[in-house]
Amino acid sequence: MFWTVTLSLLEGFWGTVKLFALTLLFSLPLGLLIALWEMSRVRVLAYPIKLIIWIIRGTPLLLQLLIVYYGPGILLHNNIWGSGDSGRFIAALVAFVFNYACYFAEIYRGGIQSIPVGQYEAGQVLGLTRGQIFRKIILLQVIKRIVPPMSNEIITLVKDTSLARVIAVYEIIWNGQSFIKSAGIIWPLFYTGVFYLLFSGVLTVLFDRIERRLDYFR
Amino acid sequence: MALLEVRNIKKNFGETEVLKDLSFDMEEGTALSIIGSSGSGKTTLLRCLNFLETPDGGMIRIRGEKLFDAADHAKESEESIRRKRLHFGMVFQQFNLFPQYTALQNVCLAPLLNTKDPKSADRGAIEKHAKELLDQMGLSNRMSNYPHQLSGGQQQRVAIARALALHPDILCFDEPTSALDPELTGEVLRVIRSLAQNHTTMIIVTHEMSFARDVSDHVIFMDNGVIAEQGTPEEVFSHPKEERTKQFLQSYNKAL
Repeated sequence: MFWTVTLSLLEGFWGTVKLFALTLLFSLPLGLLIALWEMSRVRVLAYPIKLIIWIIRGTPLLLQLLIVYYGPGILLHNNIWGSGDSGRFIAALVAFVFNYACYFAEIYRGGIQSIPVGQYEAGQVLGLTRGQIFRKIILLQVIKRIVPPMSNEIITLVKDTSLARVIAVYEIIWNGQSFIKSAGIIWPLFYTGVFYLLFSGVLTVLFDRIERRLDYFR
Repeated sequence: MALLEVRNIKKNFGETEVLKDLSFDMEEGTALSIIGSSGSGKTTLLRCLNFLETPDGGMIRIRGEKLFDAADHAKESEESIRRKRLHFGMVFQQFNLFPQYTALQNVCLAPLLNTKDPKSADRGAIEKHAKELLDQMGLSNRMSNYPHQLSGGQQQRVAIARALALHPDILCFDEPTSALDPELTGEVLRVIRSLAQNHTTMIIVTHEMSFARDVSDHVIFMDNGVIAEQGTPEEVFSHPKEERTKQFLQSYNKAL
C-alpha cells in the first residue's frame, strides 16, 4: 500500500512541480515588464497597470482560477482551453503567471526604487552609459534587496499550486485525497505534507545560500 | 584664455529661481571656493556643470569649446553629454561609493568601462594608476576593503581617487566634509589641500570657511542665486565690500 501511495503522490507531485516551475519561468520576466511599465514616467500608461495590479492582488487566486477557466467558455461561447487535462493545466498556468507576475512586479519596483539616486548620479558623472549604470552598479544592489521578499513569495507559490485542483488540475493533494474515498485512509494526506516540507526546505536552503553569497556588501 | 567660462546661467525649479544669471571665469591650476548659506544655489551650480541639472539659460565653455548652450541643448545626444561630462569630476557630499565593489574596484570601474577594449594592456595601467591614487590618498592598506568597512573619511578619500582616475579638467567638490563626523573632516581637507598645492583645478562648495580661505585662489560668495561678491580670499574674507557678505561672515563667526 505504501508503495502504491508513494507512486501516486509522486505522480501528483510532478504536476505540482511543473506548475511551480512554469509559473516562475513566465512570471519572473513578466513581473519585470510590469514593474518597468508601472514606473513609466508617462502617467497615462502607469494608471491602467496600477488598476490591474490592484485587482489581481486584491482578489483571491482561487477566484481568478475559476474565472480564467470558465470565463471564455461561458462569456465568449468559446472554450479556448479545449477539453482535457492539458487545457485545464494551461488555464491554471495562465492564472498563476498573471497573479504571481503582479506580486513580483511590486517586489521589483520596491527594490529598484530603494536604490539611492546618488548611485545613478555617481555613475553618470563617471561618464557611464545608462546600460552600464544599470548592469554594473544598480542590478546587483537590487538583487540583494529583493532576495528576501522573493524567497517568501516563491515559497508561498509552492503551497498555492494546490489551489489548481479547483479546476481539476492534478496535483499532489488531489491524488492524496483520493485515497480517503478509495481506501478509507488519511495518512496519505500527511504524506503529501512531507513532500511540501521537503520542497520548501530545499528552497529555503537555496535562498539562504544566495543571501549569504550577497552578504559581502551592504 | 580662461579654462572655464560660465555665462548667464539660469536655473529654475518650478516657480523658484535658483540661479539667476550667473557668470564667472576660472583659470587652469587654481582652486575656486564657493561659499554662501544653504539654499543660495551653490550645489545647483555644481550640478549644472556636471550635467546633473540642465540650466534653463546660459552657456558653459571649457578651453573655448562650447560645452553647454541653452539655445541648442535639446538637440544634444545622450552620448555627447556623456563625453562632455568627463571634463568634470564630482565628489559628492554623501560619497556615493558603489557598495558591491572594493575601494580599488570603485576607482577602476569607470576607466575600465570607458576603454574600448578592456582586455588590452590598458587594464594593468589603469589598475596601477588607481593604486597610485589610493596611495596618494593614504589608503594603500585599504584597497581591498568594501565601502561599509571604511570610515566616512576613508570613503570620501576613495571617492576623490575615483574622480581623479578619469583625469578631469576640473574636480568639483560638493560640501565634501558635511556628512562627516568632525574628527574625520581633517583627513579629507588635508587631501584636498595637497591637491591644491599640486595645482589641481578645483571648485569647492564648502561651509569650512577657514579652509576655503586657506586653500583657494579665488572665492565666490553666493546669495539667493547670484554671485554677491567675489575676489581673492583676502578680499572676500578680510575686506568684504557687500553688506550681505559681511552679514554672512559675521553669522559664521558668531556660530563658531
